[in-house]
Amino acid sequence: MSWNLNSDRPIFQQIIEHLELEIVQGVYEPGQKLPSVRELAAQATVNPNTMQRALSEMERMGLMHSERTSGRYITEDESMIKTLKKELAGGEISRFLEQMRRLGYSGEELLDILKEEMCKGEEK
Amino acid sequence: MMEATYSATPLADIRNVSLNYEGRFMALSDLTLTLEAGRIYGLLGPNGSGKTTLIKILAGLLQPTAGSVTIEGMPVGPETKAHVSYLPDHPFLESGMTIAEVMALYADFYQDFDMQRAEDMLVRLKLAKNARLNKLSKGTLEKVQLILVMSRKADLYLLDEPIAGVDPAARDYILETIINNYDPGATIIISTHLISDVEKILDDVIMLQYGRLLHKASVEDMRAERGESIDAIFRKEFKC
Repeated sequence: MSWNLNSDRPIFQQIIEHLELEIVQGVYEPGQKLPSVRELAAQATVNPNTMQRALSEMERMGLMHSERTSGRYITEDESMIKTLKKELAGGEISRFLEQMRRLGYSGEELLDILKEEMCKGEEK
Repeated sequence: MMEATYSATPLADIRNVSLNYEGRFMALSDLTLTLEAGRIYGLLGPNGSGKTTLIKILAGLLQPTAGSVTIEGMPVGPETKAHVSYLPDHPFLESGMTIAEVMALYADFYQDFDMQRAEDMLVRLKLAKNARLNKLSKGTLEKVQLILVMSRKADLYLLDEPIAGVDPAARDYILETIINNYDPGATIIISTHLISDVEKILDDVIMLQYGRLLHKASVEDMRAERGESIDAIFRKEFKC
């Protein structure tokens, strides 16, 4: 997955969002070892100190942990990854609902249109 | 930020530095600045703001008219030059030598030259060792020069417009090469007009105007504070 970082927002926040998505998608599996800070920074073309800051924050959140000598690992706690997935979905859904409210859809209309679109998707 | 990856001891100390060219105009005017180890600085400013002059002073190629500059506690001179790797903003290699020959020359000249690192970068940037320098395009020659400069295990890298002649697609590749190859704990100064391409790899920006310091700040703090890119901030600050 390519890193499409945007210069208007703090980069470290965007790095966290990107890595969270990769963890949820299984690009990084539970317990998997991460590349070094330097390698990740080069991949994303970001400053190594910024990458370090993002990884430290993700450690604080419990999504990663580092072993003193051997490197940094994704959490083995799959329930934590599930919770993260749900949180990310929740964020997407509230943004979606906000947009739909702006378009003037009521709750029921929205459910109808969603069902319709999902059926279309399945037919394909 | 509480947690620093690399140490934060001052690497270079620039004190009340002024320089006037032939007594005519002040290229730098009473500039005071401290650079820390292990950070990547972006040196920004309009044309004629003193960026190249500052870099040349740090490289030991120009003497300030007033003030003092020390690198790792030593005044700029032969001792500091051994720890400073400098990429000029103009081509400095123009000869019929091959890339391999100029690499060997560098290895002879600089004790800190890492041949393995140079070879790896050549492969990454898909350059042929037997190509002659005078047959290379401007952009390719710039890549070779950057490889030579980044292959030294220096404490301070001075890169004056390192990506100006390289096509946009190759710029990220060059930046990746820089990130992958400087020594942890070393400091990099990148002077550039291509702010939007470079700003994501910077720790701090130093903005100069008329040879004076306008801003020195962390890029992440600046972005968080103003909610816009360094490029956008620069365009506003220096609007003509």
